[in-house]
Amino acid sequence: MAERGITERSAEWAEAVVREHAHVERASREDQVLERIERVRRRKARLREDNITLAHGAGGKATQTLIEAVFLEAFRNPLLEPLGDSALLGVGGASLAFTTDSYVVSPLFFPGGDIGDLAVNGTVNDLAVSGAVPMFLSAGFILEEGFPVEDLRRIVASMKDAAERAGVRIVTGDTKVVQRGKADGCYVNTAGVGLVGRPPPGPVRPGDAVLVSGPIGEHGTTVMLARGELDIEADLRSDTAALNGMIASLLETCGDSVRWMRDATRGGVATVLNEVAVDAGVAVVMDEDAVPVRPEVRGACELLGIDPLYVACEGRMVAIVDSSVADAALEAVRAHPHGAGAAVIGRIKEDPPGLVLLRTAFGGTRIVDLLVGDPLPRIC
Amino acid sequence: MRYVDEYRDAGKARALAASIASLCEPGRSYKFMEVCGGHTHTIYKHGLEDYLPENVTLVHGPGCPVCVIPMGRVDDTIHIAEQPGVIMTSFGDMMRVPGGRGSFFDSKAQGADIRMVYSPLDALKIARTNPDKKVVFMAIGFETTAPSTAMTMLRAKAEGLKNFSIFCNHVTIIPAIKAILDSPDLRLDGFIGPGHVSTVIGCRPYDFIARTYGKPLVVAGFEPLDILQSIHMLLTQLAEGRSEVENQYGRVVPWDGNPKALKVINETMELRPYFEWRGLGSISHSALRVRDAHAEFDAERIFEIPGVRVADPKACQCGEVLKGVLKPWECKVFGTACTPETPIGTCMVSSEGACAAYYNFGRFSRERVREATHG
Amino acid sequence: MCLGIPGVIVEILPDQPDLATVDVSGVRRAINIGLITEDEPEPGDWILIHVGFALSKIDEVEAKAAMDFLEGIGQAYEDEIEALKESRIE
Repeated sequence: MAERGITERSAEWAEAVVREHAHVERASREDQVLERIERVRRRKARLREDNITLAHGAGGKATQTLIEAVFLEAFRNPLLEPLGDSALLGVGGASLAFTTDSYVVSPLFFPGGDIGDLAVNGTVNDLAVSGAVPMFLSAGFILEEGFPVEDLRRIVASMKDAAERAGVRIVTGDTKVVQRGKADGCYVNTAGVGLVGRPPPGPVRPGDAVLVSGPIGEHGTTVMLARGELDIEADLRSDTAALNGMIASLLETCGDSVRWMRDATRGGVATVLNEVAVDAGVAVVMDEDAVPVRPEVRGACELLGIDPLYVACEGRMVAIVDSSVADAALEAVRAHPHGAGAAVIGRIKEDPPGLVLLRTAFGGTRIVDLLVGDPLPRIC
Repeated sequence: MRYVDEYRDAGKARALAASIASLCEPGRSYKFMEVCGGHTHTIYKHGLEDYLPENVTLVHGPGCPVCVIPMGRVDDTIHIAEQPGVIMTSFGDMMRVPGGRGSFFDSKAQGADIRMVYSPLDALKIARTNPDKKVVFMAIGFETTAPSTAMTMLRAKAEGLKNFSIFCNHVTIIPAIKAILDSPDLRLDGFIGPGHVSTVIGCRPYDFIARTYGKPLVVAGFEPLDILQSIHMLLTQLAEGRSEVENQYGRVVPWDGNPKALKVINETMELRPYFEWRGLGSISHSALRVRDAHAEFDAERIFEIPGVRVADPKACQCGEVLKGVLKPWECKVFGTACTPETPIGTCMVSSEGACAAYYNFGRFSRERVREATHG
Repeated sequence: MCLGIPGVIVEILPDQPDLATVDVSGVRRAINIGLITEDEPEPGDWILIHVGFALSKIDEVEAKAAMDFLEGIGQAYEDEIEALKESRIE
């Protein structure tokens, strides 16, 4: 018991971290401290953990560290280094986009979709936001011994439908079966190839407008509730959808004025905006009032103490366009069924570079930083 | 959302801010402590400090139950979780908090069965559906959360569950406030009182703060206008030379609290002689343990607990930050050794901690931000 | 320190009178109302939810009093700004 005779020790990991940073001098003014912090943040990522934790797969800071410290470190090459949604390759005069993604969603079936259409739409979207016309997909299955064939048929049928809707063909595949208990029913991997028909857009510039193609956080909230552990019910559906049609009409309308696109999957809108802020060395200023969030998503997020800005979408694009075409871009996106709820949510500014700021509905301001891992339900 | 959106109105905030500014005596500076981490979270999440005049400073207090749990208790929880046949459950807030040898997530990665629950009743449900496992609920929180743990324990007893227990880490707010008030290097002008704790304990327990220490306290709600209004009420008290306990959060907090909630706490738990608070040290009668009558649900009696104290690194200045002597950024390790990824001290471990809130939400030069957002 | 969210009681569960279905912005969950004893909660009542328990009933009269105070300050502020504008015009 805690009250009993007590021995004491120190937390070795904590002492080690302090020692490592001991040479950093203590600055006297707040601004100097803030600059020092930014320097520390830009230093090379170091993986501290001895084992992989769930945070490494959540798309936040821990994922970035893992990618930079382990994968990029080993595979480094100019095609990989941009770490975009797809690699852009010149092959025999053609310009190709190439991407891969694995799907481990639980439960496999949820309101609005399942692991099958998710796997097709996700890869189609990774190609489309890279400015490519998605063409061919592969499909790899890791199945657990005992998995019902009926469920597999259902997943495959929904992949077929999703591929048809997106206008892509599934042209190669692979199947592996692992022993019972070594996987959670069914995992799917898809890779995709698309043809890039436009030159790379110019850099993101101060003044550009940020738009999102619809209400955020629906997929993440739906799946979280579908797991059943929280015992929360709501009329919510995943937003999973292929966005290539919508993106094609946006590019047709606005051409080179579309500077940057991403699908806001793991880590949500906040995470992709942090990526562009750092990569382009600009500030992103969002308006909380302008960010579309469905009441049910808000209700679930308030109840669980999480921020919808960090909750995954699977059919929402974030685009940055020249401010002169902002209205036209919005109109083009809204004309498409998957973009009916699109909105301009913010602007690009010059300073402070690398940061995402939010003008709150209350009229204040704050930073919207990367999370370390998944947003966790809070009681505090 | 009713009772939420109307308290986030920017127009009313501007009017209140103007009135707050007019209540401040020129040349005088005011320092108020919001005791509760939930308030700290609200202040940063909504950017509330943008509305305060320069001479009103908010000091972020010790009211984050996750932050004040000593690292040794995290290690003890992991020790229990690693015993054969145990399912450990706790709130999401605890999962990333590092102890002396890593966090619940690290322990889970190494094979322990540690699960997040939304309610202690969910832990009870896990116990019902896993009769061959020993299900432990690691209980944390102030008097707000203790009644839920108590009700869950009573329910387990009524159902005759034999495989459920509580690792009790509930703490009480008054001794912590008293420890802060007794600290010699502290100068505060008043307190923003913890609203949700007060739904349970009511407003009377704060009387001594107004009477003995002569400091005003306003029990406050958790929306940004609630906090601004509470600051307004504190400044009004100071301008009129009063020091009283007032209740801004009357819509939720009854003056006498919740008698049933107090009764179930008292029925199942009793005060510990003393308990260690991270950052503040050992405080007498500041935490709860399971009463003898409910020993069968007390994880501390069912399992062997190592009970080893883990010291915070010497460089850590959380104590000073908690008492408001230092601003988060004035700490030697802030933002370099101590970040939300590797939180060295208590103030960084939860998003409610003073340092984590400042790092995540407020880490920038106000002028540059004003330029960016309004320019 | 403690996340508390307002919700409205939709239904008291007939077989478990300690539990009520509560709606938070279109999201529903069973909430334990066993800690509310003073006056029996009923559908339509607003409560404060914390970790699956209702901690207190929301008092509409008190809420209105606080809102009236805020609106009073807002009105005074607008009057002042109005007066300021007029004085400039003169």
